[in-house]
Amino acid sequence: MKAAELVEAGPPAPPPPALALAPGARARFRRAEEDPPWARRTLIGAALLFLAVFLLLPAAAVLGEAFRGGLWAWAQAVTEPEARAAIRLTLLVAAIAVPLNTAFGLAAAWSVTRFRYPGKSLLLALIDLPFGVSPVIAGMSVVLLFGARGLLGPWLQAHGLKVVFAVPGIVLATVFVTFPYVARELIPFMQAQGTEEEEAALVMGASGWQILRRVTLPNVRWSLLYGIILCNARAMGEFGAVSVVSGHIRGLTDTIPLHVEILYSEYAFRAAFAVASLLFLLALLTLAAKRALRWSQRRERRPGGEA
Amino acid sequence: MTIQVRGVSKSFGAQPVLREVHLSVPEGELVALLGPSGCGKTTLLRILAGLEVPDSGEVSHGGRALLDRGARERNVGLVFQHYALFRHMTVGENVAFPLRVRKRPRAEVEARVRELVGLVQLEGLAGRYPHQLSGGQRQRVALARALATRPEVLLLDEPFGALDARVRQELRRWLRRLHDELHVTSVFVTHDQEEAFEVADRVVLMNAGRVEQEGTPAQVFEEPASPFVMRFLGAVNVFRGHVDGGRAWVGDLEFSAPALAERSPAHVFVRPHDLELSSAPLPGSFPARVERVTVLGASVRVELRAPGYGERLEAELDLPRSHALALRPGDGIHVSPRRVRVFPGHDLEPDSLTASAL
Repeated sequence: MKAAELVEAGPPAPPPPALALAPGARARFRRAEEDPPWARRTLIGAALLFLAVFLLLPAAAVLGEAFRGGLWAWAQAVTEPEARAAIRLTLLVAAIAVPLNTAFGLAAAWSVTRFRYPGKSLLLALIDLPFGVSPVIAGMSVVLLFGARGLLGPWLQAHGLKVVFAVPGIVLATVFVTFPYVARELIPFMQAQGTEEEEAALVMGASGWQILRRVTLPNVRWSLLYGIILCNARAMGEFGAVSVVSGHIRGLTDTIPLHVEILYSEYAFRAAFAVASLLFLLALLTLAAKRALRWSQRRERRPGGEA
Repeated sequence: MTIQVRGVSKSFGAQPVLREVHLSVPEGELVALLGPSGCGKTTLLRILAGLEVPDSGEVSHGGRALLDRGARERNVGLVFQHYALFRHMTVGENVAFPLRVRKRPRAEVEARVRELVGLVQLEGLAGRYPHQLSGGQRQRVALARALATRPEVLLLDEPFGALDARVRQELRRWLRRLHDELHVTSVFVTHDQEEAFEVADRVVLMNAGRVEQEGTPAQVFEEPASPFVMRFLGAVNVFRGHVDGGRAWVGDLEFSAPALAERSPAHVFVRPHDLELSSAPLPGSFPARVERVTVLGASVRVELRAPGYGERLEAELDLPRSHALALRPGDGIHVSPRRVRVFPGHDLEPDSLTASAL
């Protein structure tokens, strides 16, 4: 023990001697982990080409098609009554599904990172289930449970409640598909942070609610927002699960993605692409929000002048 | 207002962490729980704080049972090794937190925060965030925060463990002075014997979930109660031998061991500074060969080989003595143990030290 301390207190080791290089000779040496220039160029080029072909080109095509008739035609397609109903429904579904999954994600992340209990790994696997299952199956499970011939169908009918082919079904399917996003974002972050701050707050006399509001939430806020943004993007863009349960009743159970598909199958290409461009806008907003979050997170971590 | 721990046991799953621990912390004293990692000292501290619940046993403070009260109601101050400061709050907000959650009036909170920030000598830094402070400053903020509600008990979990050697030294002395000023009953967890001896009034040595010995630093160092304590409190040479009728033998060397009348195998322990080296044989000395000489500053460590006595012995002598002997590797030398402690027993009991370094 004594020897270890002496080592610690001793003078710092001298820096390794600099390589004596003739001026100009330096450029020829590469670090061992650095790839040769041709490999770098090829890899970057391939990545950019891939991005262009599979992302930029389709995006440009959608936007080009959407605005081909000019801004006026676009505005008309987007504001006609059925499109407006689809937008309203999409916003409504997101407004229900996102807060629900935020609350669920927080609760799941809290329980997984703060307690030891049997079945924890099963819960973790279940959280990931919607990532692994095709959204169509999510929709079908809602039909199986709540449809007219489903498990709960007769009871629902007797009470005059309609789930499938109505807004509640769409919300259920969306909640199923989007529930991992917030939890998945929070769990690794909260695991890395540990529980010391919460324990400190508890010993100082804070109640569970005070700990959540004044310690935990401020600590995880960036991860939480990040998860919410991703969850929202998926909730608004979900097609498969919603398509199964919606019944495609125009003006009533059509969300934006479903509406786009209907317009497209009716050969109303320009209107279809105009409405589709709204989803594209959502993607851009999501990207911008993600970047803004990353930026503010980094700014907060940067020490403001070492003491 | 003495803290009494009686028969506390705790296991995590099948792993026992504390076994029947008894302990008392007198009011106003600073007691160090000292032991190697994994000995249960942090678990014991967390039980005192209310963050863990023992499987069995009693804990009381001033005669009142402590275990029925949750962590929130105990009014203890707790300082963590890694500070556990709220990173999104300034120094002032951190210190004010325990007062704010108790809904104290604003004027009182402000006055108390000012007082505490002054106490830990961080005036002018109240508006800083934790990441803008050095490790030593952060730990002082944590201490101010722990003291904010005038706790009845202050608990410190390896408070200087994450700091570098010099800051650690300074903070130790500072904590001792602070304790002399405040006299708050304190329990301090550490694995560093020097730290425990420097800061604490009393030291509790723990090993493998049990209390091995309790006493003032001088008591435990001069009168170690077990081979574990002997080995944990600094380097020590171990000789195998036997005892019979109040005498101990290692080969042909004889020592007095008045308390040990029965014949049994034994171990004889000698601290490095109690091994005297001389160039000529003395009564009660044995020959050895010098393997290595290391200058440690004011003293010199000599590693020795003495076939039949010990394959690897260590002696420590002061610089003038070392110069007088002019030792070099390969030299022959005579070694006489001056002060020994004898513990009977066939084998050294396995303890937490066997698992960790040493």
